[in-house]
Amino acid sequence: MIYDSSKRANPAIEEIVNAFRYKDLIAHLIRRDITTRYKRSVLGIVWTMLNPLGVMIIMTIVFQDFFGRQEYYSVYVLSGLLTFTFFNQTSTAIIHNLIWGEDLFQRIYIPRSTFAIAAVGTAIVNLILALVPLILVKLVIQSPLSWKIIFFPIYIFYLAGFSLGVGLIVATLALYFHDIAEMYQVILTAWFYATPIIYPYDTLPASTKHLLSFNPMTHIVQLMRNSFYYNFAPTMNELLLVAGISSITLVVGWLLFSSQTEEFVRR
Amino acid sequence: MTMSILTTSNEIEPVVKIENVSLRYHVPRERINSFKEYAIRKVQGKIVNEEFWALRDVSFTINKGEVFGIIGENGAGKSTLLKMVARVLKPTSGRVWVSGNVAPLLSVGAGFHPELTGRENIFLNGTLLGFTQKQIKGKFDEIVEFSELEDFIDAPIRTYSSGMIARLGFAVATDSKPDILIVDEVLAVGDEAFQAKCYERIENYQAQGMTTLLVTHNSERIRKVCHKVAWLEKGELKMFGGTDDVVNDYVKTIKPGTRKASDRPFFTKRRF
Repeated sequence: MIYDSSKRANPAIEEIVNAFRYKDLIAHLIRRDITTRYKRSVLGIVWTMLNPLGVMIIMTIVFQDFFGRQEYYSVYVLSGLLTFTFFNQTSTAIIHNLIWGEDLFQRIYIPRSTFAIAAVGTAIVNLILALVPLILVKLVIQSPLSWKIIFFPIYIFYLAGFSLGVGLIVATLALYFHDIAEMYQVILTAWFYATPIIYPYDTLPASTKHLLSFNPMTHIVQLMRNSFYYNFAPTMNELLLVAGISSITLVVGWLLFSSQTEEFVRR
Repeated sequence: MTMSILTTSNEIEPVVKIENVSLRYHVPRERINSFKEYAIRKVQGKIVNEEFWALRDVSFTINKGEVFGIIGENGAGKSTLLKMVARVLKPTSGRVWVSGNVAPLLSVGAGFHPELTGRENIFLNGTLLGFTQKQIKGKFDEIVEFSELEDFIDAPIRTYSSGMIARLGFAVATDSKPDILIVDEVLAVGDEAFQAKCYERIENYQAQGMTTLLVTHNSERIRKVCHKVAWLEKGELKMFGGTDDVVNDYVKTIKPGTRKASDRPFFTKRRF
């Protein structure tokens, strides 16, 4: 095994190769995040399912009167909520891991992207667990289920790519301007309301829909609802559009991040 | 009685080559943290980065099997140099070449999570150090045995004493012989008995050809254990060569009274 600092391959490719080499670490980081989160609570991992359920119940009670015309409103809210929570948690965790994991990065060589990928992995496990109560709610309020639900892994894939890309971009910027990490929390709140999660999308005026179409999360949330709310199969257009958005975000994030990985140590 | 001159083949084989290495940190004169502030100053042309050279044009070679000391005052660039050998930092210019795997003992217990059990932490820590799941499985029993934690291995390590945690960390980091071991200052791993066990392991590995990189400002320790020494001063290589020559000159520069009494020897100097 020879290491030569002067032989610098393309940093983006080098980062992919090294992240793959550390795949067992990624698995252990995911395990750690999931098992330690609720280690001392009685219900443990059940909270992953109860949390979104609780928020959904509150939202349903609060907004039912405003948006009650939306059929199966609780399923509508919950499906949107789970999607956005995934995005919120993943991007925040990536920023946190990369900026505050500094101590570890200072001491030993670890491909830094492993911490970002692990955050996505944790969120995927959490989302899949949270789908259990979503299905239960659907059964309880007798919202129809169809075979078209099976497309959801594709949507999760898109969602994961987009979230990873955004997380890497913001984390890299936050390296230079710590304020961005703080500002991002505010941006997320705005982003939440700029995404059709609690208000019904279908009855919005065309002009508002047009405006919302510039928000990638609108498309991703609506795709997810194809499976869990609308019972639609995705159209080719939708699939290509979101695939494009996600992959561009991910590629930009990865290139930006891997070109700056050295900086995560030098600060 | 005949003395064999060619007892062992002691070919000199370089394992670490530091060639004209410089490292520059950018230290902003004033801390600019917000984007707005940055944008305003950028427009005004007021972004001034003070350049700080942690290392400047340092070159030397470390050969296989050597116990190599790096000596110098605080802030001389010793740790920066170690981080480059450990791949944590890349030089701004010059070249760092390392043959073989590096175990940095500065990272004993890196990433241990208090809520996880000793068993889980062995895997987490091991994968952080770059081992695969399979490799760790293979050496798991040995790690537990060496750390003497058989009875506690399934308890969360928040219940461990600091000595127990250090033992576990050392056991994971050194279970398989690295080609190059990096030791920063004092090796604080639990009680005397365990410390002796650690030194024994290190000496064992050294006898098998492991190269050791030791960083300290304790000149007496260097004198006892090192074959060769590099003396860094303010990021520059002041002197490089045999231990006695370098240490004698180094000691002269230190004001009397600031020297500390030496602790026990790190590991015995081995003759090639």
